[in-house]
This record gives sequence, structure tokens and C-alpha cells, in this order.
Amino acid sequence: MTPPGFAAAQALAARHRFKWWEVLPWVAAIAAFFLFPTYLSFGTQVLITILFALSLDLVMGYAGIVTLGHAAFFGAGAYTVGILALHFGWNEPLSGLVAAAVVAGAIGFVSGVVLLRTQGLALLMVTLCTMALLEESANMGAAYTGGFDGMPGLEFAPIFGVFQFDPLFFRAQYLYALAVLLVCFVLVRALVYSPFGESLTGIRENVLRMHAVGAPVQRRLVVAYTISAALAGVAGAVFTQTTAFVNLSVLGLDRAAGVLIVLILGGYGRLYGAFVGAVAYMVLEHTLAKAYPTAWQLGIGIVLIVVALYARNGILGIAETLRGRLRMRRAS
Amino acid sequence: MRHGMKRLLIAAAMSGVAALAQAQTVKVGVVLTYTGVGAEFGQQITRGMDTFMKLHPDAFGSCKVELIKRDSKNPGGAEAKTAVQELITQDKVDMLTGFVFSPNAITTASLATAGKKPMIIMNAGTAWITNLSPMIARVSFSMWQSGYTMGQVAAKQLGAKTAVVGYTDYPPGKDELAAFKAGFESAGGKVIDAIPMGGPGKVPDFTPFFQRAKDKKPDVFFVFVPAGDHAVGVVKTYGALGMRAAGIKLIGPGDITQDNKLQAMGKDGVGLITVHHYNADLDNPENKRFVAAWKKEYGADSTPDFMAVQGYDGMAAIAHVAKTLNCKIDPGKAMAALKGWKFDSPRGPIMIDPDTRDIVMNEYLSELVEKDGKLYQKNLATTMAVKDKCKELGVGKCK
Amino acid sequence: MDLVSIALGGVASGMVLFIVSVGLSVTMGLMGFVNLAHGGFAMLGGYVIVYAMDAWGLPFFVALATGFVAVAAISIVLERLLYAPLYRASELDQVLFTIGLVFVMIAAITLGIGPETQALVLPDWLRGQTDLGFISYRTYSLMVIVAGTLLAIGLWLGFERTRFGAQIRAAVDNRRMAQSLGVDVGRLFTITFAFGSGLAAVGGGLGAEILGLDPQYPLRYLVYFLIVVSVGGLGRVSGVFFAAVLIGILDFVLKLYYPKGGTLFIYAFTLVVLLLRPQGLFGKRSG
Repeated sequence: MTPPGFAAAQALAARHRFKWWEVLPWVAAIAAFFLFPTYLSFGTQVLITILFALSLDLVMGYAGIVTLGHAAFFGAGAYTVGILALHFGWNEPLSGLVAAAVVAGAIGFVSGVVLLRTQGLALLMVTLCTMALLEESANMGAAYTGGFDGMPGLEFAPIFGVFQFDPLFFRAQYLYALAVLLVCFVLVRALVYSPFGESLTGIRENVLRMHAVGAPVQRRLVVAYTISAALAGVAGAVFTQTTAFVNLSVLGLDRAAGVLIVLILGGYGRLYGAFVGAVAYMVLEHTLAKAYPTAWQLGIGIVLIVVALYARNGILGIAETLRGRLRMRRAS
Repeated sequence: MRHGMKRLLIAAAMSGVAALAQAQTVKVGVVLTYTGVGAEFGQQITRGMDTFMKLHPDAFGSCKVELIKRDSKNPGGAEAKTAVQELITQDKVDMLTGFVFSPNAITTASLATAGKKPMIIMNAGTAWITNLSPMIARVSFSMWQSGYTMGQVAAKQLGAKTAVVGYTDYPPGKDELAAFKAGFESAGGKVIDAIPMGGPGKVPDFTPFFQRAKDKKPDVFFVFVPAGDHAVGVVKTYGALGMRAAGIKLIGPGDITQDNKLQAMGKDGVGLITVHHYNADLDNPENKRFVAAWKKEYGADSTPDFMAVQGYDGMAAIAHVAKTLNCKIDPGKAMAALKGWKFDSPRGPIMIDPDTRDIVMNEYLSELVEKDGKLYQKNLATTMAVKDKCKELGVGKCK
Repeated sequence: MDLVSIALGGVASGMVLFIVSVGLSVTMGLMGFVNLAHGGFAMLGGYVIVYAMDAWGLPFFVALATGFVAVAAISIVLERLLYAPLYRASELDQVLFTIGLVFVMIAAITLGIGPETQALVLPDWLRGQTDLGFISYRTYSLMVIVAGTLLAIGLWLGFERTRFGAQIRAAVDNRRMAQSLGVDVGRLFTITFAFGSGLAAVGGGLGAEILGLDPQYPLRYLVYFLIVVSVGGLGRVSGVFFAAVLIGILDFVLKLYYPKGGTLFIYAFTLVVLLLRPQGLFGKRSG
């Protein structure tokens, strides 16, 4: 006799199990390290964007919180390690990441408690305004943040006291960003397949039902928002550490809207959408901008329009539709 | 056998000729804002560079020059940094140039040092940028050159006792404010109010700021805004608020009288007084040639502005280095060649200061006048060979 | 500075915001379509208007009308071809699409016309100052105030007093109910979309004197338009009007007396308003 709900539990466990293709992104990342040694600065930016998009996926794709202000946390993390390094001589990278996560998480928690009662356009605007307020504060607090010029020429200690960041060849930076991404990804993956993650999806799909079954909806949203903010903070910290500068661009609408586009393009609520979206968008933009420095925006715009029109739920959405059709054909 | 020998000799001779004819290529990475908020600046600089090449086809001597263009997109600096990193490691460029927004230059200065690439700045005007790397030379300007000179001129030539300063609230604006204040107050004037007028990103409605200035009743109202959209807004608001009738002179660096925006200002611009290192109406043979070539290529309605001349001069500096070093760019020798380099630019004689690697040039006091329904810059006075006062006085980060 | 000129200055900048944003508010309220490309139509309008005055020598107001018609026509084509297939898509797909459209618009203008700022040369009678008897003030600002007010009254009458307006109001409040009562919401949307885009075009031309006009326009002012729409409440003509005027005055006063604060206050104000009234100051609580 199987207890009731056993099949469901089994299905959940099956989702949690690693599939063979989940190794592919990491193999590809390592391969890129050897194949494109002069693209590693760009590669590092891609890895950082993946991590940032992953943090956004947690709130947007899983918990259904549509925000236009996620760069607030990226920026909070970026400025935390920058200020610590410049003003307090705290330039050890790994402990810097922890500090960035704590600061960004704290801001995420406080703003989450206040902001997450709203929805739709109002939510979009209050998150945007919160980010803009942080940006203005960073601009005005020039004594600490360097204002508009930011803080250039930051120096960080070698990782584990051994691996030094080279300003020209981003080998150490790339591997560092990759390692941080891997650790964060394992965390996020475990989280979304946990009962907590399932309840987030439940809230996104039917908030009334979750209220009805007595789930503490508000509290769970705030927890998810806080974790996501901390992850975004880590992404921002890696940005500052690897590029050795921080300025207002880490807090702007450009960055917040950019990561949103990346995630929608890749496909949200799917973990790997962040990977696909960041690689697709950034490689396309990078190649186009290199070849056509004045006209690349046209190409990007057309691609976005086409994807929005013909692929619901981004590039991974196309893949799933195709797989679904194949399966149908095989079954028939 | 003999035939074979002969053939070999001919082959050797021909390969020698080929080696001679195959001139050394000097690769230059050009990092400009080709899209986004700075796209117009990128276009002006590019056209300035092209005009130099057209007017001086022999400037590079036997060297071939290859320009590799990369878009720095936004003022943020991350894109510029990746672009420069790839220019150095992938394209193996010999020199770097461009850099419109100051943060673009600030974030990449360390790469010029690490990669030992001479970096010729064509715009970015934050004063202390040249201190960031021994590989930097600047052919554009420092905010202090026009600001300090304007301050002196306002007190001495215009006889102003009090001034209100309105500035766009970002580092170049703050530089300009500090420079003007230093110049004006050292000549006996007094700055009675300083009004930050929003960030550089969007053009604000200037009316409230100008109302505030008008209410303070100063002798002169010194305005700094980034060149472009802002400038037209400033002049139109000044005219619309009737500040001239109230006896307040509008003065500023030439960013507010950018040459290609003059005709859009209309009558409101008449009487505007500026100090700047270039305007298209400067009366010297180099400038006449430059403007004529420009109008021929880009149309009679198009006018070069100070960005264009900076692109022109930047190209001249690169050509000078390439020719002096016989197309083989050694970073140390390149910087040595740049230090003390003199050139007859459309903006008058210029020189790279051997101590600071910053430009030394004339600053022109001019007034906007109307003639046959068009606006012209009338030169009132010239301050010769102006150095960057910020580094001379050792203010803040300029030490 | 006296109260009257503060009020006039604030109201004038609010009016431009109103004219550009009102279409966005109605179309977003009607279909829930997140149209981030709305500012793009304002930009296109501005370019058409400048061109009409420059190349064809049309008088200012005729040029404005030309801009309205041209952009309304363009937007009908775009709406039928590109927007309509996305009505049922998620709002995130709509965001992706409209951002893509903005990029295409920016690139098209930059490549086709150039990155430089366009100069809209006002007719002489709109320059300088006008003496109102008790105060003399910028003629152009006064004209914008008059035009904005007339437009607001016209729109309000159309909204409240015509059958078409009633249909829009019904559809904004409850689309399904309106549909089941026989209102053709699709057609309603096409018409309001075209009308709203046309108004944005007029706003682009009217506001060029204050906001400038170059290819970056749609992104530069997007946040301002969204603030006005969200504070005013979706789908409310009167809401957008009062919100735009309120924000215009607030912005003006703060810049005048505390310029150091930058845009800080506008964001803080929006934040507080939306936390207290997520449906906007004048919006109805959504059912």
C-alpha cells in the first residue's frame, strides 16, 4: 500500500534529481575559458549577468513579483564592497561577498516588508522609485561613493591569498565569477525545488488559494525577496571586484531593465532561462556592436520583437514547444 | 642553374620591394559613444577625425593607419572597459583614443597603464583624469581652462561684481563651478548663489532654476550644461524669462553656444558671452580650411563644433606619433613624442604640456551677434596659452 | 518669486506631461497593455512636426495637426500588425515587445536622420513674454497651458458625454462585462490607441521647446510618463490631468527652493502615493 500523495512526492523528487544535461552549461563555461582567452572580460560580465538574472528569476519567475528596481540590490552589493575596500581597507573578496549579501539582503527585507503589498503597475513603480532613491543617494553621498565619477582603481586582495586579478587578462576573474555562480546556483536550485519554492509557485499561480489554505503569503514573499536581494548583491559585489570600479551605472534603470529583458528573453521561472537569456542577449549585442558600432540597436530591437511575437516565454519556451510537438508525434 | 639563380635573385629582390611597399600598420582603437545619449558627440568627433585625414593625406607618412571602432554606449564605463580590454588583447592595437564621457576614461585608465598603450583623450574633461595614468595625453580640454578664464574675464573685462552659477549636477559641472568661482573671486567678484540644475541624463525644464537666478539679481548668470540638447533649452529659457531686460548677462563656457546649435537658438541667443577653446567662426587660416572642408562634406547646414576639432587634433597627435616613431609604436617613445608636441589647430596653436600631458591652448572670449538673420560668434578677446589651473593650483584630486 | 508665476510655470510643464501621457493611461487601462513604446510615438510626432515646418513651411498649428494624423495612422498599422497578436500574451512578453520597438524606433531615427537634436523653431508670436495685465509671463508656457486645458476639457466631454466614451469607461472598469454587453473592445482599443498615439505626437511637438527632441527621447522621459500615469490612476483622463499638474507644480517648487534635491522628491512622492493608494490618487480600486 502506498500512502496517499506518494506519487506526487515521487514526481517532485524526480524534478529535484539532476539530469544529465544540467552539466552542459558548466562544461560550456569551462570550454569557453580555454577557447576564448581574450574574451574573458566579456565572459565575466556574462557570468555576472546570469547570476543577477537568476536572482531576479527567483522573485519574478517563481514568486511572480514583477519588479523594475532589482538593480537596487545589485548596486547595494557593488557599493558595499567598493566602500569597504576604499574607506575601510577591507579588500578580502570572499568576506566582501558575505558583507554585500548581508547589506543587500537587509535592504531587500526592509523594502520587501513595505513594498510587497502592492501589485501590477504600482509594484513596478514603487520598486523603480526605491531604486531611483538609492541612485540619487549614491549620487549625493559623493564623500563615500565618489558620486557620478564613482570609485575607480579599487584594489582587492588575491583570492585565498593566491589568485591575483590581472587587469588585462580576466582569467582569475572569470573563474572566480564562475565559482560564485555555481555556488549560488546550487543554492537557488535547492530552494526552488524545496517545499518553500513550491509554495512560491503556488502563490504566483493562485494567491487566493494560498490564502485559503492558510499559507503565510506575505511572509513568504518577503523571504523570497530578501534571498533574491542578497543574491543580486553578490552579483554586484563580483562586478565591483572583477572590474575594479563602481559607479552609478550599477544602480540605474538601464541595468534593471536590461536584466529584465535578459530574463524574459531566456524564459522566466525556469532556472536556466537566466543562462540562455544572458548568453543570447549579450553575445548578440556584443557581436553586433563590434561589427556595426552605430547600428547594432536596430538588430537587437528586431530580435526582441520577433521573440516576443513568436515565442511565448522566451527562447526556452520555443525549446519546450518543439519538444512537446516531438513527443506528440512520437506518441501518435 | 644560372636561370634558377637569377630567378631566386629576382624573387628575393621582389620580396624586398614588397616589404618596403607593405607599410607598417598603426592600429588605433577608437572608443566613442556611437549610440545612446552621446551619439551626437560621437558623430562630431568621428567627422573631425575624418576631416583631418582628408586635409592631411600625408600626415601618417609611410605608415598605414587602421582604426578599430568600438561603441562605449553609455556613460557608465563598464562597456568602455570591456571594449578597451578587447582592443588591447584581441586586436592588439598600438594606441587608444576617443573617450567622450569622463567615466569612460576614468574606468579604463588603469588598462592603458597595464597594457602600456598611449591613450589620447578626445573629450572627457574632468580635470584630474590625466593624473590617472602616465599613458594618458589629452587633446580636448579640462573644465578648469574655460571656467577659470571666464571667472577672470567676467570680473575684469565685463566688470561684474556678483554672479549666480547654474550648473548640471555632475563632476564636470562641479569642476566648472569650482573653476569659475576660483577665477571670479580671485579677481574681486562674488558668487552669491550656486544652483544645481539636475543631472546630465535628461534636459530639465530650466524655468524654475532661472527664476531663482533672476530673483537674486546678479550682474552675470554663469551657466554650465553639457553640450547638446541642454544648451538650446538654456538659451530659450533665458530669452523667455526676460532676464536680459532685467540686466542680467548670460555667460558660460562654449558648451552653451555649441556651433551646430546656434541657429536653433534664434534671437534669444544674441548677446550671449562665452569663453571657450573653439568656435567655428574663429578667424585663422587653419579653421577656414577646416570649416570649408566640413561644409563641403556634410552639408552647408552642418557646422563643426569643439568636439569635432578635438577629434581633428586627436588624429593629428596620433599621426605625429606614428610618423615620429616610423610606424613602430613604442609606448615610452610615444609618450615622449607627445610631451611638448605643438600643432597649428583650427582652434589656434596648441601644445601638450610636458609636465601634465594635458593640453595648453588659447581661450576665446566671444559674443553672439546677428548678421543677415544668422548668428555668429564675434571674438572679443583672446587669453593665450591657458594651462589647466586645477593642476596648477593643486585643487582636490588634481594634486 | 510670486505665487502666480510659480503656479504658471508648474502648470505649463505639467500640461506637456498630460498631453503625452493621457493616451498611455487610457490604453493601459483599457487593455492592460504595458506599452513602453508610447514615448516613441511622441518622438515620431515631434520629428514629423519639425519636418513639416521645415520642409513644407507649414504653420506651427497645422504642423501639429499633421503630426497627429501621421502618427495616428502609423500607430493603427502597428497596432493591427504587431500589438494585436500580443493582447492575450503575458505582460512580460508585452514589455519585451515594446522595448524592442523602442530600440527599433531609436535606431531608425539615428540612422535615417542622425543623432543630433532637432530644432523646432517657434513662430515669433510664441516667443518672449506676454503681459497679462497683472504679470508678464513666457508666451509659450501660456499657450501650452491654454492648449492643455482645452484638450483636457474636450477629452473629458468626449469621455463623459458620448456613447463612445461610455464604452471606454465601461471597458476600463470591467472588460469582460463590457464585452458580454456587445462592446467591441478590440475596435475600441484600435481607435483609442491611434488617438492616444496622435496626442502623444502633439505632445512631442508642443513639448519640444521644453523637453528637447532627439532619438533618445522615448527612453529619457519614459519614467516621467509612467509616474504620471500611475499616480493619476489607469484609464482616467481627469486623473492624469490632475496628477500631471500636481507633479508639474511640485517639481517646479522643489527645484526653485531646493535644487540640491534633484529628482529625489518626485520619486519619494510617487513612492508614498502608491503605497497609500496603489490604484493612484484618482483611480478606482480595481475589482
